[in-house]
Amino acid sequence: MITIKFEVNGCDRSVITPPLKRLLDVLREDLGLHGAKEGCGEGECGSCAVLLNGELVNSCLLPVLQVDGAALVTIEGLADAQELHPIQQCFLEQGGAQCGICTPGMILATHHLLARNPHPSLEEIREGLAGNLCRCTGYTRIFHAVEAASRRIAESA
Amino acid sequence: MADSMPIEHEPRIVGASPLRKEGRAKVLGEARYIDDIALPDMWFGATVRSSVARGRIVSIDYSPHIPWHEYAIVTAADIPGENTIVHLSKDHPCLAQGQVNHPDEPILLLAHPEKAALHRAVAAIEITYEELPAVFTIEESEAALASGDPARIIWGHGDHANTFKTYVMTAGDPEQSAEIFATADFVIEGEYRTGAQEQLYIENNGVIGEYSPVDGVTVRGSMQCPYYLVHALELVFNLPAEKCRVIQTETGGAFGGKEDFPSVIGSHAALLAMKSGHPVKMCYDRAEDMAGTTKRHPSRTRHRTAVSRGGKLLAGEIEFALDGGAYATLSPVVLSRGTIHASGPYQWPHLTVRAKAMATNLPPHGAFRGFGAPQSLFAIERHMDKIARIVGLSPEEVRRRNFLATGDHTATGQHLVDRVDMQHLLTRALAESNYHEKRERFNRENQDARIKRGIGFAAFMHGAGFTGSGEHRLNSLVEMEITPEGRPRILVSSTEFGQGTNTILCQVAAETLGIAYEEVLIAQPDTRDVPNSGPTVASRTAMIVGKLVERASMQLRATLTASGHFTGGSRNFREAAQRYLSEHGSLKTSARYESPGDVAWDDNTYRGAAYPTYAWAVYVAEVAVDLDTYSVSVTEFHALQEVGKVLHPILAAGQIEGGVVQGIGYALYEKCVWQKGHMANNQMTNYIIPTSADVPPIHVSFEETPCIHGAYGAKGIGELPMDGPAPAILNAIEHATGIAFTEIPLLPEDIYERMTRSAGSGSEDLEPAIAGPYFSEKVY
Repeated sequence: MITIKFEVNGCDRSVITPPLKRLLDVLREDLGLHGAKEGCGEGECGSCAVLLNGELVNSCLLPVLQVDGAALVTIEGLADAQELHPIQQCFLEQGGAQCGICTPGMILATHHLLARNPHPSLEEIREGLAGNLCRCTGYTRIFHAVEAASRRIAESA
Repeated sequence: MADSMPIEHEPRIVGASPLRKEGRAKVLGEARYIDDIALPDMWFGATVRSSVARGRIVSIDYSPHIPWHEYAIVTAADIPGENTIVHLSKDHPCLAQGQVNHPDEPILLLAHPEKAALHRAVAAIEITYEELPAVFTIEESEAALASGDPARIIWGHGDHANTFKTYVMTAGDPEQSAEIFATADFVIEGEYRTGAQEQLYIENNGVIGEYSPVDGVTVRGSMQCPYYLVHALELVFNLPAEKCRVIQTETGGAFGGKEDFPSVIGSHAALLAMKSGHPVKMCYDRAEDMAGTTKRHPSRTRHRTAVSRGGKLLAGEIEFALDGGAYATLSPVVLSRGTIHASGPYQWPHLTVRAKAMATNLPPHGAFRGFGAPQSLFAIERHMDKIARIVGLSPEEVRRRNFLATGDHTATGQHLVDRVDMQHLLTRALAESNYHEKRERFNRENQDARIKRGIGFAAFMHGAGFTGSGEHRLNSLVEMEITPEGRPRILVSSTEFGQGTNTILCQVAAETLGIAYEEVLIAQPDTRDVPNSGPTVASRTAMIVGKLVERASMQLRATLTASGHFTGGSRNFREAAQRYLSEHGSLKTSARYESPGDVAWDDNTYRGAAYPTYAWAVYVAEVAVDLDTYSVSVTEFHALQEVGKVLHPILAAGQIEGGVVQGIGYALYEKCVWQKGHMANNQMTNYIIPTSADVPPIHVSFEETPCIHGAYGAKGIGELPMDGPAPAILNAIEHATGIAFTEIPLLPEDIYERMTRSAGSGSEDLEPAIAGPYFSEKVY
């Protein structure tokens, strides 16, 4: 067992854990953050995606020892108190969430994309989200949501 | 103005797109799926599965290196009731006893307080088998049957040997039909095949089981049909229905994969709970879910069609075969839907469909969006293009000369009294997709291109609601109640798994009550509290359950209006409802399904009104076939359908887009690799579904012809979009390459193999560069 200290959604956290425990399990079991989901356990589906020092990572592939000292953002850290983040609001309005199981990862992937490229083309959106699988939507309404969020963030800036 | 009462006038809610009811929780990551839930003192369960396809269990050895006293172990001998997972028959054991009939079949169950302790325990149980001959395809199952060797019969006996179900559907006169075949201008044959397909919901199957000697069994989890599981538990535990409680939790995708299977995993978790004395959670990981749970039935369809010089279908013979896997599960009803859809949206003066579901030693195939129709519609819509080519008409013209229209009778003899206008749908779809211009342009441009482009379409229908007398038998019940806050609440067992049940049913109630959508509540399906409104399958929720919600809402409104308290509007509703409650204590209304007079089906003759109504559609696909990589991309997709009244345009379009992309996967990517009945590619790494980078622009359009059977004129929509993409895409590939592929999934290696084959010789010894592309089709 080792002690890992890191920042999660702006708060300092510390866990005593086996060093090779998956970050996904630490988030869900030790910290009670259930927003990241396990879809495949092998880094294919992106349902467990979180932001690690601003980078989009699949938390099912990451031993927790690798996040010592890092800053993490999960889906729980995106909304501001009662207010949805514009990306969340646009996924809700545009029908970008159906069953909802891929939605946390998809929203964080969108966040990651828009942070680097505030006005992505459709082609860049398609490429930017290609690591996150959705079986319900056919992606079309997710593209609409990303485009709407891009506009809304620009308007509110 | 200050003195006058404001008149609350709510905008039309049906036909608008209010926010998804549970959407906020989903985008916040707050929605609680089964794996996000823990109960006090909960243990974890695992399944010990067979490693052979078929064999007698000779011995089961427990390694001495495991502290077995820490574990709860369940075998078939622990089952208090019947060792069966009941669907339509009782052939499917809950746990294998003595013999296994497919790889990955559950034999033993283990539970332990630590999830991490399960993996090594499962691996430490050694089971030896005396292997028996097994069959893995429809053809092997037929050959075993034909051999007359009883040792090779893997299921049933007599007429049912290796055969779960057969149907013969006859239209017209068989004697005349034989004469027509003898004299017709053309007799055109074709054989078409479709593969197994994994539902691949992103949330795997999972449940938590609880047991109490006093209260009975409780199972909560990811599922479509809570009352199916109640029924399964009644038999496994030998308990009355009121002691089998089932609660649906937020469900992360289903597509049919959580229709029948939760009866298996739900029974298992409950047995472990009984044995261990603890709640037990079983959540499969991806590999176990893919190897051990149901998939879409593989199919083989053979067409033999007599056609006139003018392109009229004169008579047809269709042989439709499904691979059902090792147990019957839902195969008879999947076969039935496939049989009825095999004729396509066409007039057949004479038609015989012979259908059968065969047993193989694969894990049982089960429900998947479309439920038999994608298989048989793939065949007819590829075959229509073949007929067009041979007769010398365009794919458009041959369909126009045979389309069903208002007033016609379908192949089952159903009189189409509601408006049907396939001619118009085809005209509109071809215009919107710029089909004619593109077809000509691609013909010109393909001459020297290394990337060949093509455009093709499929015309089809999908029956809404249960097949035949199914809705009559389901006898669905819906209730509405008033909460203490004076808000209406819908009580149904119909489940939300992304498709929008919560939202559309609340829209229907709000519209009927004349109050705001936000005011209406819907209960989480818990069989202790909600009536049986039927399973959430078969494109029946908007139409059948929606209509019942409409009727129950009308009663609620009438009761409150009659009480003198309700005069209209959301605010007045709350006040009126609370006053009613203070006077009467409670208010609950209900509505039960009533068969419309004109929907009659005869199970014995297999004739009559097969469905209350049909949705009709024309889908147009554009493809690009790369002659260097042999890969196909779908570059543009138009989906036009007539689905009655569209209740929620955003959700409806989302259903179509999602179904189209599953259909693209079905056609071009998704291949189950079977090794002696075990799915070898049971990972997302090598079972490939479309990603965001693979999907084309999808243009969705609706025609709205209100249907009397559904809520506010709605028909079913959920399954329809699964039917059209695969044949449209293969028709487009034929346009691009000149090659009439007949089997899906169609992978680059299949195209490579076919295009580098030279006429009259094998392909193995030919260098592709030497052989070159081979375009001509000389099969007929």
